[in-house]
Amino acid sequence: MNGIIGKKIGMTSVFAEDGRNVACTVVEAGPCVVTQKKTEDTDGYYSLQLGFGEKKAKNSSNALIGHFDKANTAPKRKVVEFRDFEIDKGIGDVVTVDEVFAEGDVVHAVGTSKGKGFQGVVKRYNFKGVNDATHGQHNRQRAPGSIGAASYPAKVFKGMRMAGRTGGDRVKIKNLQIVKILPEQNLVLVKGAIPGHKGSYVILEKK
Amino acid sequence: MDAIKFVEEQFLKENTFPEFRPGDNVAVSVEIVEGDKKRTQVFRGDVIQIKGSGRSKTFTVRKMSNGVGVERIFPLASPSISDIKVLKRGKVRRAKLYYLRELVGKKARIKEKAFTKKN
Repeated sequence: MNGIIGKKIGMTSVFAEDGRNVACTVVEAGPCVVTQKKTEDTDGYYSLQLGFGEKKAKNSSNALIGHFDKANTAPKRKVVEFRDFEIDKGIGDVVTVDEVFAEGDVVHAVGTSKGKGFQGVVKRYNFKGVNDATHGQHNRQRAPGSIGAASYPAKVFKGMRMAGRTGGDRVKIKNLQIVKILPEQNLVLVKGAIPGHKGSYVILEKK
Repeated sequence: MDAIKFVEEQFLKENTFPEFRPGDNVAVSVEIVEGDKKRTQVFRGDVIQIKGSGRSKTFTVRKMSNGVGVERIFPLASPSISDIKVLKRGKVRRAKLYYLRELVGKKARIKEKAFTKKN
C-alpha cells in the first residue's frame, strides 16, 4: 500500500473547471526518508518504514539515533510503516509526493482528531437529547435518557455510551480525492476535511 | 499560513474585468451548464457590496424582478463568470448599500455620477 506522511497546513477552496467551489485541505506531504526495509526473509512480510519531520538529536534516544544513522538521516519526529509499498526504494532513499500519488487519485487520510475535552452524550455520540423544551421538560434537553433496566440486570452494562473525554483519537477518513499536487513545495490539496489541528501529522494512504 | 497563500495564488486567475464599485449598475454574464449544453445568462443590477480579498473576493448584485428584490452573490474569481459590463457609475456615500433593501420604487434609485472615469 503506497502512502506518505505529511503535516496538515490548513484549509482553502479551489474552483473546479465547471465552476463549483471545492473545499480542500492543504497538506505538506514529505519528503520522507526510508528508515527501514522489512523483507520476507527477515520479517516474514515486505514493508517500508518512512520517517518525516525534523527532531533535534538531543531530544532523541541513542537507540533512535542509531536507527536513523543506518539510513544516514537526522532523527525524525514521525515514523510510519507502510506494508507492501509498491515503489522500490532502499534504505536512505527519499520518497516524494509526486512519486506516490497522481492528481485524481483516491486516498485515505489518517490523523488525530482535535481534542474536545469532557463532552456530554449529545456531542460525543450524537444522541438527540429530549427534543422538547416544553411539555413538562426541565433540565433534560441534552440528557442521555435511560441507561438500562432496574432490578434485573441490576447493573449498567459495560460499554454503555456516556459522557467523557472526546476527540484526540486516531481517525481515518476514507475516499478523499487528490485535487492538486505541487511537487516543488511538497504540497497536496485533498478534497474535503482531514482530522486534526493545523500542524498535526497526517498519513495519506492510497486506496 | 504562507503555504495556504501560496496555494491560493496558484489558482488565482488574472482579473480582466473592468473596475467597479458599490452603486454601479453592472451586467454579469454567467455561464450555465445544462446537461451537455452551455448557455450564458445575464444578471443586471446594482452592486450593493464588495467584500473579501484575493481568491475569496465576492460582490453582491441586487435587482428588482417583477416587483421582488433579487440579490445574487458572485465570487469574483469564479470561472463561471464570463463577462462583467459596467453600465452606469453610481454616486453613493457608503461602501455597503444595505439600505436599498428597505426602499422600493423611486426611492430605491441610485444617482448617476456626473463625471465618470474612462476605463
